[in-house]
Amino acid sequence: MTATLIADTSVDVDAEGFLTHADQWSEQIAEQIARENGIPELTERHWLVVKFMRDRYFTTGTAPSIRSLGKESGVPIKELYQLFPKGPAKLAAKIGGIPKPRGCI
Amino acid sequence: MARKQIVILGGGTGGTMTANRLRRRFDADEAEIHVVDRDNRHVYQPGLLFVPFGLAQVEEIVRPRGRQLRDGVLFHENEVEAVWIERDELLLDDGTMLPYDALVVATGVRLQPEETEGLTGPGWNERVFTFYSPEGADALRAALERFDGGRLVVNLVDMPIKCPVAPLEFAFLADWYLRERGIRNRVELVYSTPLDGAFTKPIASEHLAGLLNEKDVELVTEFNAGEVDGVGGKLSSYDGRELDFDLLVTVPLHGGAAYVERSPGLGDALGFVPTNKQTLQTPAKPNVFALGDATDLPTSKAGSVTHFEAEVLTENVARFLADKELDASYDGHANCFIETGFHKALLIDFNYETEPLPGHFPTAFGLPLLRESRLNHLGKLMFQWVYWHALLPGREIPGIGPAMPTAGKTHVPAHAS
Repeated sequence: MTATLIADTSVDVDAEGFLTHADQWSEQIAEQIARENGIPELTERHWLVVKFMRDRYFTTGTAPSIRSLGKESGVPIKELYQLFPKGPAKLAAKIGGIPKPRGCI
Repeated sequence: MARKQIVILGGGTGGTMTANRLRRRFDADEAEIHVVDRDNRHVYQPGLLFVPFGLAQVEEIVRPRGRQLRDGVLFHENEVEAVWIERDELLLDDGTMLPYDALVVATGVRLQPEETEGLTGPGWNERVFTFYSPEGADALRAALERFDGGRLVVNLVDMPIKCPVAPLEFAFLADWYLRERGIRNRVELVYSTPLDGAFTKPIASEHLAGLLNEKDVELVTEFNAGEVDGVGGKLSSYDGRELDFDLLVTVPLHGGAAYVERSPGLGDALGFVPTNKQTLQTPAKPNVFALGDATDLPTSKAGSVTHFEAEVLTENVARFLADKELDASYDGHANCFIETGFHKALLIDFNYETEPLPGHFPTAFGLPLLRESRLNHLGKLMFQWVYWHALLPGREIPGIGPAMPTAGKTHVPAHAS
């Protein structure tokens, strides 16, 4: 874990750049992480997913998987891949300032 | 105490072991024990892997559920309509209302191939198969017999799945089978997975990726299957990648039993039952317990897990009914044999905290861990006998307890996960 500066704020991140303290997050931080990961602007649909992820994380203690995102966030899986290319669950978690979703076992 | 009513949903590995253990524990005048299942076919599921290669027949791995239960356990061959946890009762499809003092959810998972676009469309059971059901495994056996070359793609759609190593074992055995038939050089074998490696746990993942490589199986990672074209032979991922196939062997999406979704407050969005990691009680209601594949626990969906859980769960159902504090001792212990072909197998052993490590099981003089050996293969073959004759009746297996043994393990520092 190391401290780094994102959007002029000092935050703690893991080796892959996921925030380790979800309470250090802000919308400005989200926007900057998004830009660094190839999403120039966060639309309303992006925010819907990011906020759903954070809510879920705070109520259950883990980030939702791509399947539960598709079932419960109101955004179908296909669109999730358009919004967050490659790995929607991972990328939305990173932008949302919560730990990387753990693969099941 | 007054005579208690215990209802167990599911007559598979977890339900059968739990019923038999509880039946031994309580006299007939202390508890009435019911087991409900929608059919009377108990499948020895590890056997399914061998069916496509002609190494086992479906009839050899299926027995009647009712016959695995001790005398005095009441078996209902019924679908569950719904459970009302607030009222401590459930409804069966023949109109029977069953009230309970304690409920055990052991209904495992349901395969959901229809949730992947095109998967059950044209080509299903013709060039697209799953070996996760007896019918599918048998259809695949016939297709493999006819197969004389081309691209064979193994795909696991998404986690969680039962026995997460089974698709890898399928790839290893396919390599062996095709070599035995002398046509391996005419087949491209591909293993595609949504994970970022061959397996979920880092040290085992490296070993298993090495084995795929040795056996000339191409590994495609972070592949989230979104659509199948069974006629054109194309598997597409959500991010636009495509894999051509002549034969596709899929492990479809898994969800909980259908009635879980019809039962208010019992399951999550995928139909799995949220369960306490250590006690196996559900947060939904103190008199509801769950084990095996039906739970949302962060451990493998595997028979060994269910076996270790059953010991803790049985104890806790008894403690709950006697108003005693629960035993919080389940540690996530899992172990599995991994068939690697050519009469060899690997063994892995792990729990919530410790990933699979090299060494020996259960002590320094036991079976080799994370290493191919003939002994492990024999262990895997012998296990079917142990399953029907010791595990299901609920007998103790000497030296194999619910807690993960550490004596024979080489202590490699666990990676942070």
